[in-house]
Amino acid sequence: MENEKNRKTSPLLALISPTQFILGVLLAFIAGAVFLWVFGESPADAYGALFKGAFSSKRYFAETLLSTTPLIFGGLAVALGFRCGLFNMGVEGQIVLGGMAAAYVGYAWELPLLIHLPLALLAGAVAGGIWGAIPGYLKAKHRIHEVITTIMLNYIVFQVAAYMIAVGGPMKADNELPVSPDVLPTAQLARIWEGTRLSGGIFIALIFAVLVWVFLFKTRLGYKMRAVGLNSSAAEFAGIKPGRMMVWAMFLSGALGGLAGAVEVLGVHYKFYSTFSPGYGWDAIAVALLGLNHPVGVVASAFLFGVLRSGSITMQAIAQISKDIVLILSALIIFFTATNQTLRPILERLTLRLDTRRAK
Amino acid sequence: MYLEMKNIVRRFPGVLANDHICLEIEKGEIHGLLGENGAGKTTLMNVLCGLARPDEGEILIDGMKVEFGNCLDAIKCGIGMVHQHFMLVPVFTVTENFILGNEPRKGARIDTARAREMVLELSEKHGLKVDPDALIKDISVGMQQRVEILKALSRGAELMILDEPTAVLTPQEVEDLYRIMRSLQEAGHTIIFITHKLQEIKEITDRVTVLRDGRVVGIVRTKDVEQVELARMMVGRDVVLRVEKDQHAPGEVMMSVKDLRANDSRGLTKLKDITFDVRAGEIVGIAGVAGNGQEELVEVLTGLRKQESGSITLDMQDISQLNPRERMYAGLAHIPQDRQRRGLVMNFSLVDNFLLGYEDLKPFARGPMLDYREAEKFASKLIKMFDVRTPGSQILARTLSGGNQQKAILAREFQRDPKLLIAAQPTRGLDVAAIEFIHNELIKFRDQDKAVLLISMELTEILDLSDRILVIYEGEIVGEFKSGQATPEQLGLLMAGSKKGQM
Repeated sequence: MENEKNRKTSPLLALISPTQFILGVLLAFIAGAVFLWVFGESPADAYGALFKGAFSSKRYFAETLLSTTPLIFGGLAVALGFRCGLFNMGVEGQIVLGGMAAAYVGYAWELPLLIHLPLALLAGAVAGGIWGAIPGYLKAKHRIHEVITTIMLNYIVFQVAAYMIAVGGPMKADNELPVSPDVLPTAQLARIWEGTRLSGGIFIALIFAVLVWVFLFKTRLGYKMRAVGLNSSAAEFAGIKPGRMMVWAMFLSGALGGLAGAVEVLGVHYKFYSTFSPGYGWDAIAVALLGLNHPVGVVASAFLFGVLRSGSITMQAIAQISKDIVLILSALIIFFTATNQTLRPILERLTLRLDTRRAK
Repeated sequence: MYLEMKNIVRRFPGVLANDHICLEIEKGEIHGLLGENGAGKTTLMNVLCGLARPDEGEILIDGMKVEFGNCLDAIKCGIGMVHQHFMLVPVFTVTENFILGNEPRKGARIDTARAREMVLELSEKHGLKVDPDALIKDISVGMQQRVEILKALSRGAELMILDEPTAVLTPQEVEDLYRIMRSLQEAGHTIIFITHKLQEIKEITDRVTVLRDGRVVGIVRTKDVEQVELARMMVGRDVVLRVEKDQHAPGEVMMSVKDLRANDSRGLTKLKDITFDVRAGEIVGIAGVAGNGQEELVEVLTGLRKQESGSITLDMQDISQLNPRERMYAGLAHIPQDRQRRGLVMNFSLVDNFLLGYEDLKPFARGPMLDYREAEKFASKLIKMFDVRTPGSQILARTLSGGNQQKAILAREFQRDPKLLIAAQPTRGLDVAAIEFIHNELIKFRDQDKAVLLISMELTEILDLSDRILVIYEGEIVGEFKSGQATPEQLGLLMAGSKKGQM
């Protein structure tokens, strides 16, 4: 009976979040069209090429899903941090470090598949997690803002990564290239679509989206983290330790970032090199924002950003339009998602109007 | 008719805050606006001072239709509002706050000498004494209120809206405020006085409009009506205004506080070796003006703040080194002063809010998981037991009225079956019905031989409920009275720092 009552008050309210999502994307594409037009390009051609590049063939679509995979992980990482009130700007670094750790376990250890692959993934997660937990600890203990520390830690990782595979570096392969040795087949993620590079990583990503949802909304730890994120004073008053939750949240956030890197290395490149991530960690922030920090939203927006990424390459090739327009589009999406927050009360009022009209 | 508001409608998601409200204000009157929390008083006034636009309806001043797009429009029409929470910059002086947004200039620079004169002139004219050079953070709340009133006057406010102005004042300061209001009235100003305290309505207003559930339920001349009648209009049923409480013999000492010393966040000593006991079956009230160490006391007792020295014993167990959760499990419950900041997670559903503090306990905790089916059952039970008015348990806490939010907190805290309950300002900002409910619950709790430590700035609440009263002033207990032995005047003097009233 309680449930019936709930539904009566908010049948349309549940639609507000998706509406916000779609509106943000739509407005961004419209504004993007204006930009294209100002640059003297045809928006129709550009967008046509963009979507062609993302969907028109098996290989293109596989590439779209391929970019979606790390974006889901990264988006989940940022979203989980946000849920605990923390802004993890260090996902890019966590991806690189996770990839590095996974690659090392992948080529240096010889183990059976059933142990080797999970262990390599775990190594990536733990490496990213520790790298995330450091800013969490600094925030909890010394109140140093995590935005600063996560960004700074990124640069440390980038330099370490470059050193690892430079000439004479500890992970350098026995060849001319600045890469690590190849990951052994026992640690490689299987390709699941013939003729494409798509690996099973996409399924792992989706499984983790479900896990993060369960974690946030069904477990004690997730509950405590959300309480801290929404009102740390009230949480503390109820005996939850905000500092401890922050460290945990940043560890898990970093671990998801690390997994992104591990899946990328074990599923796509089979080796580590310092620039294997084309900025997935930065896109992840936009993914989480657009996804309203909800796992379902993150999956949807990761897919959208995947489309933008893979489509932009074709767009540049076919329509001769610089793929930088996609950067503008992503920026616009972030812009409109952020400004959309102000739309929320308006949407709520609108729902109310509709509700009262229907009631009549 | 000076001001008319006609058929004002204002909707919020799920609520009709103002349902065709008509308000008529005559020139030069003090008009009371009485209503429970959530009755729509503040919404109506926000519409009047340009903070919110009405969905329907119109406002007329001297018969002319006006429309306010923002606060400035309203100010131009001579409407000024003194908000419940003051809009002052604490580190600025009185003068600086006074001129903020309306600075007198000399060339490109602010003419500070002129500004200071303006303050003095205006304060002289209305008999509102203030020190123009004092910093806001150093002066009393009553003084800060005067600055707000002066500010509104300086902007040419003919109609002054005072939103629950007495909530933060000592009895003496309330008297001062009445004096100020009367002198403003004599000078030709009109005042709308928002409150939910009946006795204040009786004391100061000429006419009163009573709101209930977003509608006007009555417009009366104040002298023609009894308090009980007003209460019935406001609540919609008969209300017992006096708290009914039997004598109850206190039992063993439940909590014992010894030589407790603590600092605030800036390192200033706020509690100076406080010692007191609370017995089972006893309500001990701590009276005092806000900022005399009450907050620190509550924080130290609940484990949110470390004491410098001293000990706290609960039911023979030393709890002074335990963390908040351990103290909760040891039998301490707490209704926080600021329910929106400490008591509830406003963007959590009711279910999630009820879980706070229970999430690691059976039957809700199942390994690492939370059993939401149990939580739902628990929530339904608490909602029913404490009559929390909500469409359901999935509703966000922030959408509930203040009274219902407080009921939810009370429900959660009582359900812990504590030995001692610390109630800090448990009825602040609540309406008569909710206050009645909460007072009765506290007394019921006491009658089960439980201990209550009541901290309140409301003297009447302290006097009505307490079996024993302690007065706190600058971090020290400066007086102790048995129930019935203290008069409001004595307490008021002690609260203000005069030791003469000590017995």
